[in-house]
Amino acid sequence: MSYTQIAIISVIAAIVLDLLIIKSKLIGKPVFWTSYGIILPFQLITNWWLTSREIVSYNPDAILGLRLASAPVEDLLFGFSLVLSVLSLWIYWGRKGISK
Amino acid sequence: MLGFTIVGSFWLEIALKVRVLARIKRALLSIAPISIFFIIWDAYAIRKGHWKFDHSQILGIFGPFDIPLEEYLFFLIVPLAAIMTIEAVRRVKKYWVVGDTER
Repeated sequence: MSYTQIAIISVIAAIVLDLLIIKSKLIGKPVFWTSYGIILPFQLITNWWLTSREIVSYNPDAILGLRLASAPVEDLLFGFSLVLSVLSLWIYWGRKGISK
Repeated sequence: MLGFTIVGSFWLEIALKVRVLARIKRALLSIAPISIFFIIWDAYAIRKGHWKFDHSQILGIFGPFDIPLEEYLFFLIVPLAAIMTIEAVRRVKKYWVVGDTER
């Protein structure tokens, strides 16, 4: 599988986790989108740093080739699914009363 | 880069009293199960050559599956920063529903 395909699957998996498994329904909540809106510019700066200096480089065969802030657009999907799934699980443990 | 993420988010722990590091058990329980999947993905991508790292610009310390130490730290620090961010937003927007409390 290519980076593109795995990235799309990861987003679907994160949304399924959020909506159907944990039912935190973060993607329907302003608190999530505001947080994501804060995180996104920082991700773009970090992506730009890592890719423009070629600290990380990508195989052209594994990506679409569309780039944003010098990094493959797939990185946005990757970042989104990481953030959504971790926050969903954070809500899950909060509901369970884990407060330490 | 990881230093940038730490500087950019960890001040929230003090300034907005987000108490994420104070709830490190809940944080690690939220991060570990997810990061495992992302580390498997990372291992697969490195093996398949989807991405590679410039060995002159990383520490050169590798963990399991030939994954650089920085990548392992990434999958700890970035999720921590994300949790701090959502907790900071709810500190400011007190009446927004988050979904983990009665309110």
